[in-house]
Amino acid sequence: MSVPEPFRLILFVAGLMGFVGFNAAYLVWVERKGAGRFQRRPGPTEAGWAGLLQPIADAAKLLSKQLIVPAGVDRTLFRAAPLMVMAPAMIGLAVIPFSETLAARNINVGLLMIFAFGSINVMAVMLGGWASRNKYAIISAARVVSQNVAYEIPMLLVVVTMIMMTGTMNLQEIVQQQAGPIWHWNIFRVWINPLAPITFLIFYICMLAETNRAPFDMAEAESELVAGAYTEYSGMGFGVFFMAEYANILLGCSVATVLFLGGWQSPFGIWSGVLWFLAKLYFLVFSVVWIRWTFPRTQFYGLLNLSWKILIPVSLFTFILSSAMIKLLGNRL
Amino acid sequence: MSEFPAAGLILNIVFVLALATTLVGAVLAVVTTRIIRSVCGLAICCVGLAELYYFLHSPFLALMEILIYVGAVCVTIVFAVMLAEPEEAVVEKKRGVDFAWSGLAMVVCGAIFFGLWRLGSQQDWTALTPRTNDGSIQSIGKALLTTYSLPFEMISLALLVAILGALAVARTGRDKA
Repeated sequence: MSVPEPFRLILFVAGLMGFVGFNAAYLVWVERKGAGRFQRRPGPTEAGWAGLLQPIADAAKLLSKQLIVPAGVDRTLFRAAPLMVMAPAMIGLAVIPFSETLAARNINVGLLMIFAFGSINVMAVMLGGWASRNKYAIISAARVVSQNVAYEIPMLLVVVTMIMMTGTMNLQEIVQQQAGPIWHWNIFRVWINPLAPITFLIFYICMLAETNRAPFDMAEAESELVAGAYTEYSGMGFGVFFMAEYANILLGCSVATVLFLGGWQSPFGIWSGVLWFLAKLYFLVFSVVWIRWTFPRTQFYGLLNLSWKILIPVSLFTFILSSAMIKLLGNRL
Repeated sequence: MSEFPAAGLILNIVFVLALATTLVGAVLAVVTTRIIRSVCGLAICCVGLAELYYFLHSPFLALMEILIYVGAVCVTIVFAVMLAEPEEAVVEKKRGVDFAWSGLAMVVCGAIFFGLWRLGSQQDWTALTPRTNDGSIQSIGKALLTTYSLPFEMISLALLVAILGALAVARTGRDKA
């Protein structure tokens, strides 16, 4: 490589920021258009062709609004919380391999890095809610913790199962192991983990819950809690939270793509590359939007019961089953 | 690849930043009167510690430090605080007894610091302990289940006792309510 490593990293980080910013803006458009279509109405149409300029207008509005810090809030924590939600998603995206060469950093503990920094996310939303000094925000913060703690367990169990199957935490290696035709993707490797598709489903559900997306958006249950932890935020304070939500969805879908759907590998074994990665990523992102506007919000008890009574036992079972299969049959990748 | 200009200097700056993060976090955790802020200080301190682990060529340990201490321990503490006491504690006026206690605490801390400093200055720090393995996840796993399997199992026993204790406390609490 001709570019020195530090400059390459800075370039990549700038590129990732652009990627996240662009996606956050236009995923809002996708979300609104999608919501419109699912509800048999056109969605945004006025600004630009098919409302394509709407995200830019929204951004201009949010940027020009006054940043209000209400009296009585914990000022430092109140300001720090949106940044603390945004930063882990950016760090996580830095280890995602977009293609064979397009990865900011290829480290051996990449998967662990995503989940280690992802766990800061909970803390940030909770601090934002607590610092707001608002009863809705505090209720929302308490919900965020119990929800995220509940869903972190099955998610990590599933990830450990995948680590056992692949034998590595290096995301680039995990993708390279899935080279070849479509049945080499980890989601279809049923001869190692007979419940691999169910493992993917558990991961997907946990990802929805961890990113606070409907039907699990208990933190921002607008009909019950105004806007939950984000109630007191105005202007770009709210905007950053919103961007972070989409950044986290992107990160979660990227991890799902890399772990289960073969990353940048093509389903036919030829012409692999970044386009395949983006196609799979946006398919998953669209399915997240789809689910949001199809299913109503669950009750909080339903949410916790789903995790503790169904997802954790099933993920433990897949964990034990696949470790037994690997040990007995010895057919690791 | 050729050496990046001033790579050593950049490395030193990053190391000092890691040290500063740890120290600032630790001081913040002790000095502030609001309990949530002191938990934040603890979290910052843990992130700084993780950076130091990274400098010691243990990326796995560094990330585990963040995952467990920031992601689990700090979140649990904040959650407990939030359940127990949403409002801040009223700051009372300092009395003579408090000053006496804090003076005693300072003396004890000073004695501990002096002892550690003496110990540290007499130790021969130049000798590096030989690396026993490459620090990869595979070797850590093997070490945990072979050489260190007894301590590993003892830790799991301690955690089991803690869980049982929590269950026992929770049960009696519910009966009283």
